[in-house]
Amino acid sequence: MVNLPVGYGLILAGVLFALGLVGVLARRNVVFILMSIEIMLNAAGVAFIVAGSHWRQPDGQVMFFYILTMAAAEVSVGLALVLQMHSRFKTLDADAASRMRG
Amino acid sequence: MIYHLLWLVPTIPLAGFLLLVLFGSSLSRRGAAFIGVGSVGVAAILALMLDINYLVAPPPEGIYTQSLWTWIRVENFTPDISFRLDALSVVMIFVVTFVGFFIHLYSAGYMFHDKGYSRFFAYMNLFVGSMLILVLAANLLVLYLGWEGVGLCSYLLIGFWYHDPANGRAAMKAFIITRIGDVGLLIGLLLLFTHFGTLQIQAILTQAPLRWAMGAGIASAAAALLLAGAVGKSAQLPLQTWLPDAMAGPTPVSALIHAATMVTAGVYLIARMHAIFSLAPAVMTLVAIIGAATLLLAACSALVQTDIKRVLAYSTMSQIGYMFLALGVGAWSAAIFHFMTHAFFKSLLFLAAGVVIHNLKEEHNMFKMGGLRKSVPLAYWTFLIGSLSLTAFPLITAGFYSKDLILYAAFTSARGSIWLWLAGWIGAVLTGLYIFRAVFLTFFGVEQRKPEQHAGATMRVPLVVLATFAVIAGFIELPRTLGNHPWFTTFVERLLPGSPIVNSSSSSYVGLQIASVIASLGGILLAYLLFARKRSVVRQVEQTPVGAAVARFWLQDWGFDWLYDHLFVRPYIWLAHLNHGDIFDAIYAGIAWLSLVLNGLFSTLQTGRLRWYAAGVLIGAVIVIAIAVFV
Repeated sequence: MVNLPVGYGLILAGVLFALGLVGVLARRNVVFILMSIEIMLNAAGVAFIVAGSHWRQPDGQVMFFYILTMAAAEVSVGLALVLQMHSRFKTLDADAASRMRG
Repeated sequence: MIYHLLWLVPTIPLAGFLLLVLFGSSLSRRGAAFIGVGSVGVAAILALMLDINYLVAPPPEGIYTQSLWTWIRVENFTPDISFRLDALSVVMIFVVTFVGFFIHLYSAGYMFHDKGYSRFFAYMNLFVGSMLILVLAANLLVLYLGWEGVGLCSYLLIGFWYHDPANGRAAMKAFIITRIGDVGLLIGLLLLFTHFGTLQIQAILTQAPLRWAMGAGIASAAAALLLAGAVGKSAQLPLQTWLPDAMAGPTPVSALIHAATMVTAGVYLIARMHAIFSLAPAVMTLVAIIGAATLLLAACSALVQTDIKRVLAYSTMSQIGYMFLALGVGAWSAAIFHFMTHAFFKSLLFLAAGVVIHNLKEEHNMFKMGGLRKSVPLAYWTFLIGSLSLTAFPLITAGFYSKDLILYAAFTSARGSIWLWLAGWIGAVLTGLYIFRAVFLTFFGVEQRKPEQHAGATMRVPLVVLATFAVIAGFIELPRTLGNHPWFTTFVERLLPGSPIVNSSSSSYVGLQIASVIASLGGILLAYLLFARKRSVVRQVEQTPVGAAVARFWLQDWGFDWLYDHLFVRPYIWLAHLNHGDIFDAIYAGIAWLSLVLNGLFSTLQTGRLRWYAAGVLIGAVIVIAIAVFV
């Protein structure tokens, strides 16, 4: 097994996170925003795994399971909200649901 | 033992008050008058019985004390509701109930057509009850209860016709100005309590000379504080301005409260606490000076009034000035004697003036009266008797014996001086001048208005009775030159120390008596010349600029109202205006304003756009991480 330097893994995680973040900020479609959030969560997961293998600890992989579970719950709630939003506004544009302003 | 009935004396008028307050609206006029007059009548009979019993079989040491119950119990502060009957309160309850009863009887006729008939009697009964508590109190706290009770009734009755805002203002003025003095009295009571650990009058009177040295600062402070209360209640300088305005009340009120009883409460207080005052010679001198100054100032002001009741109000101030003068020179019994004769003749004068006012349908201006001698003869004769007694007409009037005693003491007492005597003497001349000016203006000359109604029997009987007493009340104190039977002085001096006479001889006594006779007759003669014969002289004097200015100055009570208005009232109102927007509230208003601004600012951030929030979270996270990493 080739030992990749830990920096490569973290850079990968950082790039994934940035991609997800840009997706959240730039996309207007709620489904794509949810997908971008998933990417960000997975980026965090990659970072945990890399760190775990670096220190040879199982904690990183345990944390990833937590993230996975949390992401599943998040997606189920998120998709329910998306369905609600679609039936109310007949659109999936996040900016259309801006009635709750100060 | 009839003494056990002492508690009933103040209780019966208070019960009358309660009945009238609770059921007054459902009572007929006759019923209200029956309760109102009757309760005071019963109290008067009871007081008379107690007094006679006191004279026949005096209690041991001349003091009977009745403790009813403990009012408050806080550690060692346990004032009792207790009454005491001694030589001083015997005189006081007799005058209060006796004069009070006849004034109530008079009111039954005077106020008959008034809408607030039962309300009037309720207040009057409350007043008599409070006044009796005040004079019978064996404890200074009970005395204070009565003191405030009469102040309240004075307020209620001055503003009895409250539909006129001016009457309400007069009532408030009386209440507030007397309150200034009352604050002093209350502090004085607290001072006495902290030093003696009790407010029981007898204990304080016996302990004060043992604990405090003659002229000690603490004794002077206590006496001065008590004096402040007395000055406020008795309308003496410098708190005298409320009394003339208090004439806004119905005439029987003026007769009862503002002539015979309440205004003399100050005199009573000083006589009651004589042991404290005896220890403070400086304050005693102050009392005498206040008395002398007030009697002169008030007599001058009485000279120029047009309202007959205001003449009598200034006259009351002036006569109480005499009582203060007597107290100040240590002639306690003379002050109490003058209090008694004054109660008779001054309430008589008020009631007689009330008949005139009543018959002319609330006309107060003497210059619109005139010539009423024939149309209201009873009022004329009784007013004349009252005036003669007030001017101390020699031999036959009560005022002669009491005022003579005061002038004698002012001259011969160890604390007296020729100046005090001279002030009293000039005051006596002025007294004759102002009261006979009123007599000549009201009852002599051209008749200007016909009486429109006539007084009934209930109003006539009190006039006759009080006129009788205004004459004969003096005979219980016959001076050395006229029989030498000082019964009254002997009686009162069982309780109060005698006046410290120093330079007294028979010849000086006769000389002083002749001088006061001259003052009395001279004043009357001067009034006759100026106001009955040569009115033109007075008019000419009034038309000169100086004369007009002096008259205006005196009419306005020596500018005291103006002075107080500029010194206290206006600065206070100015401060109130200044603080109208509440400077201190500005701080709190500022906090509220800041929150509102911040709220506006932050609510613009709340755009409702999801991606903005995400960006906000990002920026926040970057900042937090940056701080965590670099700082």
